[in-house]
Amino acid sequence: MTDAATRDDARKPAQVEAPLLRVSRLNKSYPTPQGPVAVLKGVDLTLARGESVALMGESGSGKSTLLHLVGGLDQADDGEIVIDGVDVTWLSDTGRAALRRETLAVVFQQFNLIPSLNLQANVAFQARLAGRFDPAWTDELIHRLKLQDLLERYPEQLSGGQQQRAAIGRALAVRPRLLLADEPTGNLDEATADDFMALALDVVAATGCAFLMVTHSERLAARLQRQVRLSAGQVRLSAGVINQP
Amino acid sequence: MKQIFWTFVTLLSHWRRRPGNFFALFVGLAIATALWSGVQALNAQARKSYDRAASVFSGGGAQSLVPTSGATIPQELFVKLRLAGWKVSPALEATVLVRGTPFQLIGVEPLTLPRGGQLGGLVDGGDFSAFFAPPGQVIAPPEVLRDLGAKDGDRIALDTGKSLPPLRSSAQAPPGLLTVDIGVAQTLLGRPGQMSRLILRQPPDNDAPSLASVVGNALRLLPAGEEEADLKRLTESFHLNLTAFGLLAFLVGLFIVHAAFGLAFEQRLGMVRTLRAVGVSTRALAAALFGEVALLALVAGGFGVAAGFWLASALLPNVAASLDALYGARVAGGLTLDPTWLLSGLGIALVGALVAAAGGLAKALRLPILAAAQPFAWRQAQQVFMRRRAWLALLAFGAAFAAYLWGDSLYTGFAALAGLLFGAALLLPVLLSAALRLGESFSSAPLVNWFWADSRQQLPGLALALTALLLAFATNVGVGGMVEGFRQTFAHWLDERLAAEVYYEAAGAPEARRIEAWLATRPEVLAVLPSARTSVRLSGWPTEIFGMTPHETFRAHFPMIDQAPDAWEALQRGDGALISEQLARRLKLGLGSSLDLPTASGIWRVKVGGVFPDYGNPRGQARIDIDALTRHWPDAPRVSYGLRVAPQETPRLIAAMQAEFGEKIVRIADQAAIKKISTRIFEHTFAVTTALNTLTLVVSAIALLASLTTLGDTRLAQVAPVWASGVSRRRLAQLEFLRVLALTAATAVLAVPLGLGLSWCLVAVVNVQAFGWRLPFEIFPWQWAEILALALLTAAIASIAPILRFVRTTPAQLARIFANER
Repeated sequence: MTDAATRDDARKPAQVEAPLLRVSRLNKSYPTPQGPVAVLKGVDLTLARGESVALMGESGSGKSTLLHLVGGLDQADDGEIVIDGVDVTWLSDTGRAALRRETLAVVFQQFNLIPSLNLQANVAFQARLAGRFDPAWTDELIHRLKLQDLLERYPEQLSGGQQQRAAIGRALAVRPRLLLADEPTGNLDEATADDFMALALDVVAATGCAFLMVTHSERLAARLQRQVRLSAGQVRLSAGVINQP
Repeated sequence: MKQIFWTFVTLLSHWRRRPGNFFALFVGLAIATALWSGVQALNAQARKSYDRAASVFSGGGAQSLVPTSGATIPQELFVKLRLAGWKVSPALEATVLVRGTPFQLIGVEPLTLPRGGQLGGLVDGGDFSAFFAPPGQVIAPPEVLRDLGAKDGDRIALDTGKSLPPLRSSAQAPPGLLTVDIGVAQTLLGRPGQMSRLILRQPPDNDAPSLASVVGNALRLLPAGEEEADLKRLTESFHLNLTAFGLLAFLVGLFIVHAAFGLAFEQRLGMVRTLRAVGVSTRALAAALFGEVALLALVAGGFGVAAGFWLASALLPNVAASLDALYGARVAGGLTLDPTWLLSGLGIALVGALVAAAGGLAKALRLPILAAAQPFAWRQAQQVFMRRRAWLALLAFGAAFAAYLWGDSLYTGFAALAGLLFGAALLLPVLLSAALRLGESFSSAPLVNWFWADSRQQLPGLALALTALLLAFATNVGVGGMVEGFRQTFAHWLDERLAAEVYYEAAGAPEARRIEAWLATRPEVLAVLPSARTSVRLSGWPTEIFGMTPHETFRAHFPMIDQAPDAWEALQRGDGALISEQLARRLKLGLGSSLDLPTASGIWRVKVGGVFPDYGNPRGQARIDIDALTRHWPDAPRVSYGLRVAPQETPRLIAAMQAEFGEKIVRIADQAAIKKISTRIFEHTFAVTTALNTLTLVVSAIALLASLTTLGDTRLAQVAPVWASGVSRRRLAQLEFLRVLALTAATAVLAVPLGLGLSWCLVAVVNVQAFGWRLPFEIFPWQWAEILALALLTAAIASIAPILRFVRTTPAQLARIFANER
């Protein structure tokens, strides 16, 4: 399959009959000294295989919380999260660890690379953990992300853009079915963010995975296939349009 | 397994990037293990030697007959027993001096010696005829030959002038012993026809007459294991003290390990979150973390065990000298490597590392993946933590007080000591935090205010190192005070106790009488003070009965703790006794108490008229009139004398006595020489204490360095905003230096009262329980000044490297903090 063909596939509308991710009536609240505060109030969301969706909303609207619940980083109060036909809502700690390791991957705003490993080891890390390390695929990712000259460098010796490219390389090296990104460009300037998004969408398309990204940027969100807007813990608007990258 | 492996490799990669942290951890654990296992090696070596020494006579199941009282058995009793069918073999033991060093000499009778025991084996394996045929042979282990500076075939001269037969080295020989034929021993020691014990070759036949019917009450059958138990009981306190020091040093070392692990976990919280986020399960993370701790513990522990072996080898001569001088316990000169000790050293390193890392491990495993930094919550948690520490400290002090109040053993003494130290360790951060808060509340200038607030924020990271310093300083104040106090008390006590100018021992009773008669003609001799001694057991405790003359010299000088007005008169009448502090405490006796002394002819009751200090004597002592002693123990040789002489006449008199009597005087020394020997014994003992003390201080200085180095990594982010606000790097570095100096100085100041408490606990509780005597509690302010100076020096040295690193930080590096690049 060529890159162009892959990109075309990625731009196709979601396959409604077999969603990769289905979130139903999801609720989550956090305790505070003044009593519990509801962050998510009955959120519904679906994501088709290969679909890319931007999750938007003002600060505190619950978008990062939703991403964390889908990613198995936190546990919902109630509701349902089904990924690839498997209900993952109430998985044990070990089950959620396996989910994060093998089914999906997360890219954070703070890059979260391992400071004591060089770039090459960081990119290969999750794939090695999952027992899916493919040197050829990792090498291809490194080249697509233009990281081939930085392999021996440690995170502290890399710029923010370089670190975030390494982070997405690490996420995709495991060939996840769903990639989650929590404001991946939040710490990058506009030009670097644009470069990063172009490369990220390219490798996401090459992987064929679904992509759910939290962002504040309308401009970047417009490059994904669909935008879902959260407000006060509820989905207010889901724009099912196909956007051009 | 793949998960665990890659997590393990990733965790280890942290140390490669932070060699300073790794160094602190490694050194901490290695030194802690070294000090602990070194002390264990010393104890194990000593115990092994005791066992070997005890089995000299009891090996192969043999038993011994020993005098009921007195030191020797006359030949007639041996002959009577043999004629009555008792299969006994004679032996004579005594200490001989070679160039001032004591060695134990044993004379045995090879033909009748039981087979199977150490001695029997020796003679069996060697040249039998060469052993007892003139000139005979001395069989000794290789380390004794080394100590003597001799080789096989050499003849060594004793300090009495007599020569030993040719030496023969044997690895099987009992440690520290020179074994000769009994005839040779009797000649060398000037005790013809005398023996100190009879070894039973086999139990007496049923039809053999009873022991009492043959020799009356003169001999008793030594119960199996009694000698061994005596030696172990006498030396137990010494070993327990050594163990306590080893444990203290180990705990201080563990503080470093705890600090290093704690900081490593703190630095890796982000890494742990990332690992969890990319799918590492808690179980895999736990396995990898435990694996990491175990690997580091085994590597550092391995080095520590090797260093411990080296340390023990270095300290062994001092320990051996102390044990020999204090208890007559001979410890083999060379340390032997024991696999059990090796494994237990590694085991303690592993357990110590796991204990030290437990907090960090638990935190890492419980860490929520999404936990955000919450400075306010952290501060609240700190306040709760401080309150808990204060309560726990009070509990520890309460436990220490309870142990002191109701405890009556060395163990409760150490429990009181541990409670005191533990409580102080818990309380230190609370006190420092309160002091910093006070400083903060009084400051209004922004930089000064920041200094106090920032110091308080730094405190949790430095608390462990400062606690280690507190313990080390306090131990130095406490032990230093105790040692100095003992040195002064001991010197004064020796001055009083050794009132006579010359001391000598005659080769036998007839010689003693001849020398006494000669001395009566010498005008420079102001008084002749004979003494005699014998051994008994009081309530199972080995006790010396010492006969003395109630001369004016003693009445004026003999140091007493407590005495009845007529103490000396009662002694002279023969119905009163002076007893040592140890005996008084052990048997719970006081002035006016009755003391029953077992004599050959029955129980003799005396009244306690005085209690005297008897530092360093592991046995009890009762002093009675010398004529009363001779009446009740006629066998006790009256061969030891003290002479009052004008000091300037002393050397001339000694020379004249040696010229006149030669070998008839076994040993003779002036007061100064005896004081020198006595003082040297304690210097040996305290050399070990001082070495462990100093090492504890070094370990805690490394703890401070380790903490400052590791904190230096996180300091940049905390200091950068202040720098950005217009404070120069030089000024910030000065403040950093001042902070470390101030915190260390405050710790040293707090260490003084703790050290005094420790010192009091040592002299009033531990020493009394361990040795049976109590020292006066004294304070030495110049030692405190030394500690304070040492504290400031330690702080200065430890903070130089981190501060230099900070000064060298370029503005670009500081600016990066704000670029959010990390």
